[in-house]
Amino acid sequence: MKVGVVAIGSIEQRWSDAVERHIRAVFGFSTERLPPLDRVEFALDERRAQYSSSLILRELATLGPPAVSRVVGITECDIFIPMLKFVFGQAQLGGQIAVISLARLRQEFYGLPSDAELLDLRMKKVLVHELGHTFGLTHCTDRTCVMVLSTNLDQLDAKLDAFCGSCLGLIREHLGNVDHE
Amino acid sequence: MKSQWAILVVDDEDIMRDSMAAWLREDGYTVHTASTGREALELARKRDFALYFVDLKMPGGIDGIQTMVELKKLYPDPAVVIVTAYATVDTAIMAMKQGAYEYIVKPCNPEEISLLVERVIKVKNLQRENLLLKKKLTRKYSFQDIISKNQKMQEIFQLVREVSSLRSTVLIQGESGTGKELIARAIHFSGDRADKPFVCVSCAALAETLLESELFGHEKGSFTGAIGRKKGKFELAHEGTIFLDEIGDISSKLQMDLLRVIQERTFFRVGGSEEIQVDTRVIAATNKDLQKAVADGTFRDDLYYRLNVINIQIPPLRERREDIPLLARNFVEQISHEVGKEVEDISEGALKILLDHDWPGNVRELENAVERAIVTTKTRVLLEEAFSFLVNGKKEKKGFDIPAGMSLEDLEREAITVTMQRTEGNVKEAASILGIDRSTLYDKIKKYNLAR
Repeated sequence: MKVGVVAIGSIEQRWSDAVERHIRAVFGFSTERLPPLDRVEFALDERRAQYSSSLILRELATLGPPAVSRVVGITECDIFIPMLKFVFGQAQLGGQIAVISLARLRQEFYGLPSDAELLDLRMKKVLVHELGHTFGLTHCTDRTCVMVLSTNLDQLDAKLDAFCGSCLGLIREHLGNVDHE
Repeated sequence: MKSQWAILVVDDEDIMRDSMAAWLREDGYTVHTASTGREALELARKRDFALYFVDLKMPGGIDGIQTMVELKKLYPDPAVVIVTAYATVDTAIMAMKQGAYEYIVKPCNPEEISLLVERVIKVKNLQRENLLLKKKLTRKYSFQDIISKNQKMQEIFQLVREVSSLRSTVLIQGESGTGKELIARAIHFSGDRADKPFVCVSCAALAETLLESELFGHEKGSFTGAIGRKKGKFELAHEGTIFLDEIGDISSKLQMDLLRVIQERTFFRVGGSEEIQVDTRVIAATNKDLQKAVADGTFRDDLYYRLNVINIQIPPLRERREDIPLLARNFVEQISHEVGKEVEDISEGALKILLDHDWPGNVRELENAVERAIVTTKTRVLLEEAFSFLVNGKKEKKGFDIPAGMSLEDLEREAITVTMQRTEGNVKEAASILGIDRSTLYDKIKKYNLAR
């Protein structure tokens, strides 16, 4: 399985590299850097000064299979769905597309000194979580599992960056079915 | 499992609706969407949702509040969350007044939504658990298809258990619809004759000669139409039980024949000379006061004493009102399955109507009322409206209350006045309703000096 990675808007390359690294380490998939999506104005909601994650997902969907099995977008833009003030990331449940945002994972967003290591760990958790959704996983009830719902940073920081046993089993089952197909 | 709970998201904006649905699906819920209030109501008619997220402002004639009001007509307590982007105190108050579960302003914190959904699902889980416990309770209070937690009925169940394996005759007394046949069946099927026949005969349904042949059978040619030999119910019930319903209605000749069978355990088929011997347990039932019939001389006292070895008096439903909710819920479950309608429960308001009713027709009337409600309802929970026929019937009946000291003439004057009012002074129609000639009605109008 190959996962395509897309840099959305202005973002340092090291974060796209980190995404690829984490995907390879956690899932063992190969990765491919897809052309960046430089212009994201199409997703901007001027009133909210935020970007619609749903519109970004729609755009990413056009880059999907057959070239790669999954597409993950990474952005510095603060993303949202209309109902909610923000989301850390969004994915198609059982689909192929996911997007994650660094904006609210940064300490600086909350007026705190930056912490690159913490940001990397948070980004990894959101990335694994959203990719987990593309494999059909819903939120887990195990508070330490990466698939537990985290609606704030305290919850995000409290969970591990790995799947619990049962979520791992479901991922393997899903991948087994994919291989079989 | 969260997926057993379905949520409906109602919003006219595609992106709002779909992203919210996707977000909730990630949480493991089954989510349906509707783009208008009408579409939402159509979906809700098919199934109840644990939670409804309804946008306040929607085009198409039916906004969020109206959608909620209509939902409340379908279900007694739908968890409707009104969602709005334009929060005003007025709309919030209006939404809450109309019974919204919650009023939220979008965009809101993911945590807020998450906690809200969790809270509603917790309540829904408790409600479901409550329903299951109620069903369990029904099972606890049921004995061979009869449901009751009433003390007298529990004593009857105990008596039934004690006498079920005896051969003694049982007389069951109770008003129409109290379940006399069910008790008879319970006696038969909980005793050691359970695998033998249980034969029912309604003594009031047949003319005397036919009943005689029905009970004892006949020989070929014994009467016109007897084209072959036929076994009677007593023979068919050999080693089992015969249930003689409405025993108070049989003729004196049959009373004698019955006495003989019960005493001797033998009888002759109609037109036959061969003595037939049977081992049949007799259970008789009546809604008449047999003791009074004995005193009046219309029922043989020796037969009465033979039948009344074990006496069971079933109380009318109005004397065991505590059973009404249990019975009603049981009928809802049973009848909705039979008629193929997905009706799941009965609301507290509807139960109150049932509890207030007098049930002259007893459990059978209650069963019929629930069936009528199920057939006519458009909701998955029977609401008060489904039983409006009971309330209306009561009101009409009240019209017949006769004040003490009213003479027959007063009554006649009243009947004519009311009928004339109803027909708006049409004498021909009024006479037809009252069942008298037009000229007679004119005379009475004159007599009572009534205005036309």
